[in-house]
Amino acid sequence: MMIKREDVEHVAMLARLELSEADTEKFTRQLNDILQAVDKLKKLDTANVEPTAHAAPMKNVFRPDKARLSWPQEAVLANAPDPVDGFFRVPKIMEG
Amino acid sequence: MNLHEMTAHRLHELLKAREISSTEIVEAVFNRIEAVDGTVKAYMTLTREQAMAIAREADAAFKNGQAAPLTGIPLALKDNMCTSGIKTTCSSKILENFVPPYNATVVERFRAIHTPLVGKTNLDEFAMGSSTENSAFFTTRNPWDTTRVPGGSSGGSAAAVAADEAVIALGSDTGGSIRQPAAFCGVVGMKPTYGYVSRYGLIAFASSLDQIGPFTRDVTDTALVMNVIAGHDPLDSTSVRREAPDFTKSLVNDVKGLRIGVPREYFVEGIQPEVKEAVAKTIDLLARLGAEIQEISMPHTEYALATYYLIAPAEASSNLARYDGVRYGYRAKEAPDVITMFKKTRSEGFGAEVKRRIMLGTYALSSGYYDAYYLKAQKVRTLIKQDFDRAFETCDALVSPTTPTVPFKIGEKSGDPLAMYLSDLFTIPANLAATPALSVPCALSKEGLPIGIQVMGKAFDEGTLLRIAYTIEQNTDVHNQKPNLAGAAGRDAGGPAKDAGRAHDTGRASGKDVR
Repeated sequence: MMIKREDVEHVAMLARLELSEADTEKFTRQLNDILQAVDKLKKLDTANVEPTAHAAPMKNVFRPDKARLSWPQEAVLANAPDPVDGFFRVPKIMEG
Repeated sequence: MNLHEMTAHRLHELLKAREISSTEIVEAVFNRIEAVDGTVKAYMTLTREQAMAIAREADAAFKNGQAAPLTGIPLALKDNMCTSGIKTTCSSKILENFVPPYNATVVERFRAIHTPLVGKTNLDEFAMGSSTENSAFFTTRNPWDTTRVPGGSSGGSAAAVAADEAVIALGSDTGGSIRQPAAFCGVVGMKPTYGYVSRYGLIAFASSLDQIGPFTRDVTDTALVMNVIAGHDPLDSTSVRREAPDFTKSLVNDVKGLRIGVPREYFVEGIQPEVKEAVAKTIDLLARLGAEIQEISMPHTEYALATYYLIAPAEASSNLARYDGVRYGYRAKEAPDVITMFKKTRSEGFGAEVKRRIMLGTYALSSGYYDAYYLKAQKVRTLIKQDFDRAFETCDALVSPTTPTVPFKIGEKSGDPLAMYLSDLFTIPANLAATPALSVPCALSKEGLPIGIQVMGKAFDEGTLLRIAYTIEQNTDVHNQKPNLAGAAGRDAGGPAKDAGRAHDTGRASGKDVR
């Protein structure tokens, strides 16, 4: 096993996912299968190979720094789960 | 031949001659949808009223002599491209009621030439999958055999074009999500060069791999769609500054002197004999027509799948971090604090495959594993890209099967993620190399299932791909065959096929309409 149950729980926490018992079990097994399959990359010597982050060669792309109209507030808030007075309301963030 | 069965270029001739109107075409397409979509289930949302309004604009444009080749031609869009005022769900519960306030650039481009949008098509949730079985709402059926998958993730768009429920469609391709369903549904599908088509308004899956492209009934229509969607867009910083050519100039029935490479690593065991045979026959045809066929080697091909299944989930885990229930999309009820709200929202909103990829990607990027997995994959990506560069030193294009098998049965692979991933074996390398590739039908199997051949080319050399595909098409007759959907259930047929899964027209209609 390359990845243990605790690893799956830790990664789920990082990804802000809550997994059921059964899902944790299943993902541990499936992630192990997948990681075993991708492990073949280790066979390749890549010591002197540059990584490719983006296959299309591109440098920074700039645009003129000009003010332009954005969307109206109502349009943006129309999809908000809990909009209040032009804000996105969320459950409490701080202890206390 | 009925209007809904015709190609876009044939319809354009009839529209131009004023023998028919766009409103008639749109009517015909919606009648077809009424008749067969209860069985095929290609569409998430239908936009009939809006389509009729744009069809009337199109008819006016023909009257005024201001019509473009795709003016008035019914279009379907994969439901991961934003449409202003029309639900865009990504076939995910987390975006089930999301109504974008803006149009994707590709949508704007079709809007500008009065191309009526028929509706939004089903996909694997967030474009992660190869069968549409990962849709949170329902599975689309293959029109050639409704017990089989249409492929994915753009399965709804492919099935819509194959079943004559749209004349043209757009999909997105991250690891084969246009070409694999095109092959499975017997239509033409192309992934353009990365950066050629704007991704603005395409809901991101893996940003260094995603690309929008066409589904069409023939290669001529592919060129016409490319003429609309290719070209620079200042709203997408990865869009290349490059003038797109007139792609119809490449519709040449001649491959004499073209050097076509056949990479031996694409003809591995595991390919169904019928697929291998069909592709070999098509290569023979190209040779007879004067192409120079060369067997070549692309030694890192066998590493492409593993590379992809690290890079794509890593990018996805980052892109999908935005779904937190704060600004838009689903939010879980009754969470006492914000972290619990995030967790519940994401756990209730995402399906199993999306969670699996977020987990895999988060792991590959996490401290202690980044170098071993993500960075390693990026380095192997370089080696794969170098295979392509080397191949194109001696070849003008490459050919291979699009998929190792004919369409598989619904349920056959849904329990085994690795088996499902294998269906993208031959399509993934072009995404990693950022090069263009298309699938064109080349045969039907003994059971009457479509088989596609993939043509891959140099960056920005879509023209050569279109020329080869056009030559294949003009010298075979598979593109003249249609699936037989007689006996298909209509949208009001009752039972499980009943029209329960789709919202009509815009808005937040029925949030619970899950099939």
